[in-house]
Amino acid sequence: MNQEKFYYDNKIPRLFAIACIFWGTVGMLLGVIAAFQLAFPVLNFSEYMPYLTFGRLRPVHTNAVIFAFVGNGIFTAVYYAIPRLLKTPMWNRALSLIHFWGWQFIIVCAAVTLLMGYTTGKEYAELEWPIDILITIIWVVFGINMFGTIFTRRERHLYVAIWFFIASWVTVAMLHIVNSFEIPVSFMKSYSWYAGVQDALVQWWYGHNAVAFFLTTPYLGLMYYFLPKAADRPVYSYRLSIVHFWSLIFLYIWAGPHHLLYTALPDWAQSVGTAFSIMLILPSWGGMLNGLFTLRGAWDKVREDPVLKFFVVAVTCYGMSTFEGPMLSLKNVNAISHYSDWTVAHVHIGALGWNGFMTFGMMYWLIPKLFNAKLYSRKLASAHFWIGTLGILLYAIPMYWSAFRSYFMMKAFTPSGQLEYEFIDVVQTVVPFYVIRAVGGTIFLIGVFLMIYNLIKTAQSGDFVESEEASAAPLVKEYTAPKNSIWHSLIERKPLLLLVLSLIVVGIGGLVELIPTFLVKENIPTIASVKPYTPLELQGRDIYIREGCYNCHSQMIRPFRYEVTRYGEYSKAGEFVYDHPFQWGSKRTGPDLARIGKKYGDSWHFNHMLEPTSMAPGSIMPSYPSMYENTIDKVSTNSKIHAMRKMGVPYPDGYEAIANQDLEKQAMQITKGLKENKIEIASDKEIIALIAYLQRIGTDIKLEPKK
Amino acid sequence: MKFSTYLTQISGVSIYPIISLSMFVVFFVLMIFWMYRLPKKEIERIENLPFDDKK
Repeated sequence: MNQEKFYYDNKIPRLFAIACIFWGTVGMLLGVIAAFQLAFPVLNFSEYMPYLTFGRLRPVHTNAVIFAFVGNGIFTAVYYAIPRLLKTPMWNRALSLIHFWGWQFIIVCAAVTLLMGYTTGKEYAELEWPIDILITIIWVVFGINMFGTIFTRRERHLYVAIWFFIASWVTVAMLHIVNSFEIPVSFMKSYSWYAGVQDALVQWWYGHNAVAFFLTTPYLGLMYYFLPKAADRPVYSYRLSIVHFWSLIFLYIWAGPHHLLYTALPDWAQSVGTAFSIMLILPSWGGMLNGLFTLRGAWDKVREDPVLKFFVVAVTCYGMSTFEGPMLSLKNVNAISHYSDWTVAHVHIGALGWNGFMTFGMMYWLIPKLFNAKLYSRKLASAHFWIGTLGILLYAIPMYWSAFRSYFMMKAFTPSGQLEYEFIDVVQTVVPFYVIRAVGGTIFLIGVFLMIYNLIKTAQSGDFVESEEASAAPLVKEYTAPKNSIWHSLIERKPLLLLVLSLIVVGIGGLVELIPTFLVKENIPTIASVKPYTPLELQGRDIYIREGCYNCHSQMIRPFRYEVTRYGEYSKAGEFVYDHPFQWGSKRTGPDLARIGKKYGDSWHFNHMLEPTSMAPGSIMPSYPSMYENTIDKVSTNSKIHAMRKMGVPYPDGYEAIANQDLEKQAMQITKGLKENKIEIASDKEIIALIAYLQRIGTDIKLEPKK
Repeated sequence: MKFSTYLTQISGVSIYPIISLSMFVVFFVLMIFWMYRLPKKEIERIENLPFDDKK
C-alpha cells in the first residue's frame, strides 16, 4: 500500500503547554491570596480599591484554574495526542492558532471583567454575555478543527482517548449554551433567563457537569493516552475502558441535583441526583483501576520515574474524590458537608491531586519529548512530587477538620434549648485552619515553581522539534468490517455517530431533570405575598451580585432545627420566583442571609458594611468603603425593569419610565431613618440600595396571612 | 412535595418507569455484548494505537 508522508506539528502543543503552566501558576497564586484573605481580612485591600476583595478574587481563581489551567492542559493533550492517534496532522493550522489565541484572549477578558465586578453571579459561569458568546465561537472553532482532523484521519479506529475528547466537547457545548441563557441589559450586564429554583437546577446541572466534562472526562482521555505512553505498555483492559466511557457519561449528567440537597428544590429531583451519584462509583472506580492496573508489572518503574509517580497519585486522588463525591450525595452526609469547608477540601483533592498531578506528569513527559532532551533533573521532579503531595495533605486535612468542627458547633444547643455558639464563634475557631490551608496551598505552589525551573532547564538543554515526520497509508474508501465486529463497526469507526450518541446519552439526563421543573407548575408552589423587588432593591441586588457576596453567604435555610433557630423559617421554593439569577450560594463562610431582612436596623448595616468588625467583632468580612462614594447607576433602572418584565416579572406596563421616582422616594426614606440615628449620607449612594435589598430579603413570606 | 401526585395525572404513566428501566438495561446489555464480541486481535491492535508513532 502506498504510504503517505506527513508531519506532526509540535508548535501548537508547545503553545498550549506554556499557557497551561503560566495560567496554572497565576490561578494557584490567586487561590493562595484568597486563602490568606480569609484569615487576614486586611489582605482584601478594600480600603484602597474594590477590585481585590475575596468576593471578586475567588471567581477569578476558580475560573483560572478550571478554564485556563485545566483548559489549556486539555488542549495540550488534544493537539498532541489526536494527530498521533489518527496519523494525520491537525486539520487546519489557522484554526489551531485562532483557538489558541482566542482562548487566551477569553482568559484575559475574564480576569479583567471579574475583578471589575462584571459577573452573572452564577458559580463557574460568572462571565458576562459578550464573553459567553466569544467562548461559544472559540469552542466551535476547536470542534471544527478536531472533527476536521478526525474526518481526514489515516487510522480507521478511534482510540478511547478520542471518545472522551469528543464527548467532552459536545457536552460542554450543550452545558454552556443551556446555562448561559440570559437577557442582556447593557454591554456587560445580563440577567439569567431562569429564576429561583429553576435557575438553581440549571446552574448545578451545569456546575456539576462542568466538573464532569471539563475536569474529568477530558483528563480521562489524557490518562488513557499518556499513562500507557509513560508506562510503555497498553492500557490494562481496553474492554473496561469502553464500559467506563459509556457508563460514565450516561450516569454523570444526572447527578447535578446532589448540590441542592435539603434546599427548596423538589424532593424527587434531589433523590434522582443522589441515586445516580451512588451509581457513579462503579464507572469511576472502573476507570481508576484501569489506570492503576496499567502499571501491572511496572511498579518498579514508579519508584524511579517521576512521571509515573505523579500519575499514580493523580489516579488515586481521582478514586478518592469519586468515592467521596457519592458519599457527599447521601442526604445525611450532605447535611454536614454542604455550605462547609468539606466541599472545598473535596474539590481540591480533585483539582490539586487529579488535575494538578495529571498535568504535571504530562508536562514532565511531554516537554523532554518536544525538546528532544532528557529531563534536566529527576531529583528535582521527585522533590516536586513530595512537596506537592505534602501541599495537598496540608490543604485538605485542616479543611475536613474545620468542616466537622463547625458542624458540631453550629448544631450545639444548651440544655435550655438555646444555640450554644454564635456564628462568629464558629468563624473564630476555624480561622487557624484557614491559615494552615493557605500554607498548604503555598507549598503546593512552590512545587510548581520547581517544575517551571526544571522544565525551562530541560528545554534549554535540547532543541525544539518543530515537527515530526511520519507516514501511513490512507484509509481505503470501500472498507468491509471483519466478521464478528458488527457493533464495533457501527459506532467506533463513525465519529459523527459517536458524537450524536454521546449527545443523546447526556441529553436524556438533562431533559428528564430539567423539563418537569419547568413544566409542572406545582413543583414551585406560588406564595401570594411574594412580590417583585422595588427598583432600589433591584439595584441593591445587582450590587450584591457584583461584589460576589454569594461566595461566602448562602440564601437558603435548610429545614433543620439548628438552622431554623439560627436563621429563621426555612426557605420555600415559591420565595425565589423573581430571583434572576438565584443567589442560594454554596458555601457559608459568613452566615446565611435568607432571612436577614429587618433582622437589624438600617444603621447596623450601614456601619457593618463600612467596618464589619465594629458590629461583629472578630468578623473576617472585607469592608466596602467604595459603596459609600459610588452613586447608584440610575440610568440602568429603565432597562433593568424592562428586562425583568420580559422574563415574566409582573411590573406594571410602562413602569420603567417612573421606576426611578420610586427608587428616589425609597432611598430618601432610608436616609431619613439613618439621619435619626445621626448618620448623614446622600440618598444616591450605592450603600442605600444595598441596605434596601438586604432589608427586603426573606421578608415577603412574613406578610402571608396566618392560616 | 410529592412528585408522584403530578405524575398520576398523566394517563398510562405506569408504563414510563418500565420503559426507562428497559432503556437502561438494553443499553448496557448491548454495550457489554458488543464489548465481548470484539475480537481479541482487534482489541490488541487498538490498545496499541498510542505506540504507533514509535515505529
